[in-house]
Amino acid sequence: MESRGERSEGLYDVAVIGGGVVGCAVARRFTLEGARVVLLEKAPDILAGASKGNSAILHTGFDAPEGSLELACMQAGYTEYRAIHESLNLPLLTTGAIVAAWNEHDEAELDAIVARAHANGVDNVRRIDRAEVLAREPQLNPAVRGGVLVPDEHVIDPWSAPLAYLTQAMANGAEVRRDCEVTGGAFDGAAWQLDTSRGRIAAAQVINCAGLYGDVVEQRLLGEAHMQIRPRKGQFVVFDKAAAALVDHILLPVPQPRTKGVVVTRTAYGNVLVGPTAEEQDDREHARVDHDTLEALIAAGAERLPALADMPVTAVYAGLRPATEDKEYRIRHEPARHWLTLGGVRSTGLTAALGIAAHAYALYREYVEHQPLASPVTPWVPNIAEHRPRDWQAAGYGEIVCHCELVTRREIEAALASSLPPGDIGGLKRRTRACMGRCQGFYCGARVAQIAGDALATPLSTGAAHEH
Amino acid sequence: MSTELDCDVAVIGAGPAGLAAATALRQAGVNRVLVFEREPEAGGIPRHCAHPPYGVREYGRLMTGPRYARRNVAAAEAAGVDIRTRHTVVALHPGGGLDLATPDGALRVTARRVLLTTGARETPRSARLISGDRPVGVINTATLQSALYLEHFKPFEAPVIVGTELVSLSAVMSCRRAGIRPVAVIEPNPRPTARWPLTLFPRLCGIPVHLNTTLAGIAGRQRVEGVQLAGPDGSLSTLACDGVLLTGRFTSESSLARLAPHLAVDTASSGPVVDQYGRCSDPAYYAAGNVLRPIETAGWSWREGRAVAGFIAADLAYDLPGPDELVPVRVASPVKYCVPQRLVRSARPGLAELQLRVTEPVRGTLTVSDGTRPLWRASGAFLPERRIRIPLGDPAFLRAPALDIGFESPP
Repeated sequence: MESRGERSEGLYDVAVIGGGVVGCAVARRFTLEGARVVLLEKAPDILAGASKGNSAILHTGFDAPEGSLELACMQAGYTEYRAIHESLNLPLLTTGAIVAAWNEHDEAELDAIVARAHANGVDNVRRIDRAEVLAREPQLNPAVRGGVLVPDEHVIDPWSAPLAYLTQAMANGAEVRRDCEVTGGAFDGAAWQLDTSRGRIAAAQVINCAGLYGDVVEQRLLGEAHMQIRPRKGQFVVFDKAAAALVDHILLPVPQPRTKGVVVTRTAYGNVLVGPTAEEQDDREHARVDHDTLEALIAAGAERLPALADMPVTAVYAGLRPATEDKEYRIRHEPARHWLTLGGVRSTGLTAALGIAAHAYALYREYVEHQPLASPVTPWVPNIAEHRPRDWQAAGYGEIVCHCELVTRREIEAALASSLPPGDIGGLKRRTRACMGRCQGFYCGARVAQIAGDALATPLSTGAAHEH
Repeated sequence: MSTELDCDVAVIGAGPAGLAAATALRQAGVNRVLVFEREPEAGGIPRHCAHPPYGVREYGRLMTGPRYARRNVAAAEAAGVDIRTRHTVVALHPGGGLDLATPDGALRVTARRVLLTTGARETPRSARLISGDRPVGVINTATLQSALYLEHFKPFEAPVIVGTELVSLSAVMSCRRAGIRPVAVIEPNPRPTARWPLTLFPRLCGIPVHLNTTLAGIAGRQRVEGVQLAGPDGSLSTLACDGVLLTGRFTSESSLARLAPHLAVDTASSGPVVDQYGRCSDPAYYAAGNVLRPIETAGWSWREGRAVAGFIAADLAYDLPGPDELVPVRVASPVKYCVPQRLVRSARPGLAELQLRVTEPVRGTLTVSDGTRPLWRASGAFLPERRIRIPLGDPAFLRAPALDIGFESPP
């Protein structure tokens, strides 16, 4: 076993490639364990890829493949999230979930779902009959035939969680480089020399958390990729806040032979979410929404929750999951080359990230030892979840800039002045919810752009307006 | 900790309808009239419509939007209205209780009556379910105008303008004044929505107008790079541009009412359900202006605000019939909506007309029926987004068990 104890100037212990939820969690874990970490993100901001569009559920792993690494990481991630969320000021919207059966096929699957849950150690999962489903969800289409109750499946804030992980890493010494694409590099037997769009960076260990580009990064640095990313697009529809009164639990589908079916869930921001679709595509950059697909999602939501038909649509989005040829997470651990790939992490990544990070550190610790931080700093991230106190509820906020989401000028300025300020308008939205509401910027778009304009990579403004 | 405040009437929204109503309430002798406006400045949408025509019927002269807005504010202040800007109403409670956010902290208001004048907004990209990428530069007209006139920047240089409503023409004017050069105006219908000769305006500015054309997709990674258009025969073409301006397709800003179980919202009009006095399903609440229906002019909203203010003043003086016996007004497609949605069986005059819109161009006979016989009819051609008015005043309307409004099927 080699020793990497002595640090030379400018050499990081670990370079994390990719600022998605996995990269942020890995940066946090390794920093807390005492490693000197740099995180490299090619986009202007973190969460620019797969991590920006998901269904925001904290999964128990009740339906994950038995004995899989995915299950182990989800359960470890679930436990750690619940242990740390209050200290980081991250929300937990306790909803529970119901797997609802809509036809004979669904109903026939319910016992197997319960059995799998119990085998996975989620012991409080149980069948509930139609009457109990409807008692718990009175607005549900009465055609429902029964279901499975998953009491511990909950909703979290998918943007603040990774932001908090990385913010904590930074507060404890990690560095973050954005607009920093890894273009190549070489392993010299002791360390990696990484060529990036912002110069050369040296690190003893590389952890590839590049998500949709995980295989590209392997190709560039190792010369061959052990997996092939096949982006799987998921489109979502977000309904008005008035819809949140229609549903309590997360409504999960019974997996169908071909498709997984859509989820109907409240969000941490007080809306109702319907999605995702699962569409394979080659393009890793563009997550396009499609009119007909969105209409089908709305119809699917209204089929389960009929009152949704009268609810306005607030937002639509699409995310890409980094699927590969295999369902399981794709781990490539090469101690000899100081390489670790954490790949193929799809929709369970938000839950599993903390567990994946712990797993990664366990692999790394087999040959490198650091001194864990004795008293790590635990910074708070600003709360943007609807069910917890928001900034507008405290005096002195100056002005409410975004009226739909009640985002204050104080919040926007705090985000811009934070240790990890938004790199683009999307990043500002994800940190504050500004422009994310029902008017989508009709009232506040110009104001937000004016307040944030100079700080952002792609501002709304194309120039000053002069009267002609 | 929350401060408390009592008043006779709380008006939510300081646009043309709210300011006109507050002024009229004071003029009618109502003592404590408060207007809550969430923006830093009162005046509403006309504040950033820097072109005429405003104010002709209200003040007897042609004004720009900002001037008209200031005039409405001045009139309200002169009448003794208390306008509170940066006051955001966050919840409506039964009977007239309001929760507000203010920069100085939470405020709880108890009002004898509440008037909702929260206006309307254009449908954004998301709710239109437009296909494609989601880059920066896809905005509505109000965002364009507030960028140009309040924040002084251009959001794009060469946008595609979607829609041919009146507001679309206002957008063309705003672009022209700022030196923005739209590359095209597109309209899904075979003819422009606004009235001739206004619809000639884009062409006079040298902007191509494509009718029977829909926005099939938006392309662009960071910022808009182009759009895909679907022409009359379904053929697709691409057009380079750096922005998309989505105009019109207004929807009422009725989210406060939607979140209040005591206030019924009409999914057809998108506004609160009201009777002929502008009174909501919770009789402590009234509504006027564009929150009732998309969409009318500022002048219409102003007059409607004054009219409903008169009913509120009468109500406070115990001189308005209660909402006890109601005639529901029902509409059948292609009638899109009817406001008011119900009539109190009382001879006391309220709003003078039923206001309707149709969803598609239709030629035929529009009728009001009591279920057995027609009470009113009018033949002609009716176009979407054009005002259709049915006079109220026929006592037979009030005797009907319900009113059904629709088009007679062709013989």
